[in-house]
Amino acid sequence: MNPLSYDFMQYALLAGTFTALAAGLVGYFVVLRNEVFTSDALGHVAFTGGLGALLVNLQLLLGVFGSTIAVAVGMGSLGGRSRGRDVAIGTVFAWVLGLGALFLSLYTSAKSGASGGTAGISILFGSILGLQATQAAVTAAAGVVTSLALLAIARPLMFVSIDPDVAAARGLPTTAIVLAFLVLLGATVAEAVQAVGALLIFGLMVTPPAIAQRVTSRPFVGMLLSGALAVGFVWLGLALAFYLSYPASFFITALAFGTYVVTLAVGRLLRVTT
Amino acid sequence: MPQQGLSWDLLADLQLLLEFHFMQNALLVGTLVAVLAGAIGYFVVLRGQSFGTHMLSQVGFPGAAAGVLVHTSPVVGLIVFCVGGALGIGWTGRGVDAGRRSESAAVGSILAFSIALGLLFFRLYAGSAQGVYGFLFGSILGVTDQDVALTAVTTLAGLAVIALIGRPLLFASVDPDAAEARGVRVRAISIAFLVLVALSVAETVQVIGTLLIFALLVTPAAAAQRLTSRPGLGLAISIGLSLLFMWGGLSIAYFSLYPVGFFVTSLAFATYLGIRLVKAAA
Repeated sequence: MNPLSYDFMQYALLAGTFTALAAGLVGYFVVLRNEVFTSDALGHVAFTGGLGALLVNLQLLLGVFGSTIAVAVGMGSLGGRSRGRDVAIGTVFAWVLGLGALFLSLYTSAKSGASGGTAGISILFGSILGLQATQAAVTAAAGVVTSLALLAIARPLMFVSIDPDVAAARGLPTTAIVLAFLVLLGATVAEAVQAVGALLIFGLMVTPPAIAQRVTSRPFVGMLLSGALAVGFVWLGLALAFYLSYPASFFITALAFGTYVVTLAVGRLLRVTT
Repeated sequence: MPQQGLSWDLLADLQLLLEFHFMQNALLVGTLVAVLAGAIGYFVVLRGQSFGTHMLSQVGFPGAAAGVLVHTSPVVGLIVFCVGGALGIGWTGRGVDAGRRSESAAVGSILAFSIALGLLFFRLYAGSAQGVYGFLFGSILGVTDQDVALTAVTTLAGLAVIALIGRPLLFASVDPDAAEARGVRVRAISIAFLVLVALSVAETVQVIGTLLIFALLVTPAAAAQRLTSRPGLGLAISIGLSLLFMWGGLSIAYFSLYPVGFFVTSLAFATYLGIRLVKAAA
């Protein structure tokens, strides 16, 4: 059977490809700028935001995008991170997730039936094989826009991320660049939530760039490699999910993790032999 | 669930709360869990290991699913996976530090994979959505008599070990170099402590879920350390707050029918915020 003869596979491929591209590109800077746990927190926000939107009869996508972008900008404007703030951030986001659990329970009891029960699961673990035509189109378009926007600011953003002081001294508008990046980060998390789910966004946003940074130290090559790896994982993951009928997000994450482990092992072997 | 609503007669309310066996189990396990979490959490915050704790809880998620899959108690799976994860962290010889770039990327990759593994186990078992939610956000319904016994044993063992290594652990946490020089076996103690954290995480997950353990393991201790710098008093406040959040959360959840995780995290968040505001004003 040909996977591409099914509508749902076409939608998944369309949305998945561009989401993965955006996640891989933006993720490269997430790892470079050491904002891994910011994106974790944003995934939690997406869960609560999405369910909150469903609860007041808004579009799920609207809630997910709105909440992640707003919180990404908010966290960025609060500025520098320090050790003592781990606890404060952790406490706030545990509460945000708790709120999500409440929304989930309110939504499930308001909408008894199948759609109520699985709404939470598809936000947490992704729903790429269940996308409708319009959702797929919106997600793909968002992926294209985020990828292009990131490529447009890639050069100054790289400079600001590697050496903020020199960048500022050279007259770059560092605050504006970081703010633009945070908006893109929020949008990308929202897209990735569609594909692999709020709990698994690391599989697309952190593992591919982590592999790329092990393979090459040249920044722009690494960035493109990260995007290409993410797209490859999504394609392979979708194909496996189609034939084996287990969750696509499991295969995508497992492929990424397996490649990461192999890269680490090969790197260690090379270091031993040379 | 409760036949009649709340009244001003506290004794009657208490009787209502303890009417059902599942609720007795939940309160019993909740109390045991809160005492251990409050005590362990004090050292977690002191040692700055809150992200390691977060990580262990997510490693526990596939453990719980695996426990269900092979028809033993999920608590057994949780304990096996969490302790395994703790030994893994101890074996690599590094604490989990969110500040280092390559390490936080590695941690992130492991987290995503372990959650995905949990998802696969649940799918293999054909588990219901409610089952998954229970492990992620906690549930007051799922505690069996066997779980109560297991939790009692691990809590007592955990508290005994804390009592035994409490002093050197405190010393090693506050000033590792001086402790090392005075002959404290810092590395052995930190691995033993990680195993304790793993046990405590495994227990806590069964009541408030993988994603919300911060509210019992970290927030009470952080609040306590803002209030006092004396270790004994801080430890007592931390355990007290943890018990308060647990009992409050369980009771409100029981009477309102909404998820226990929401109420526990809300109580923790409100308390932490209140203490910070009062401290900032003073």
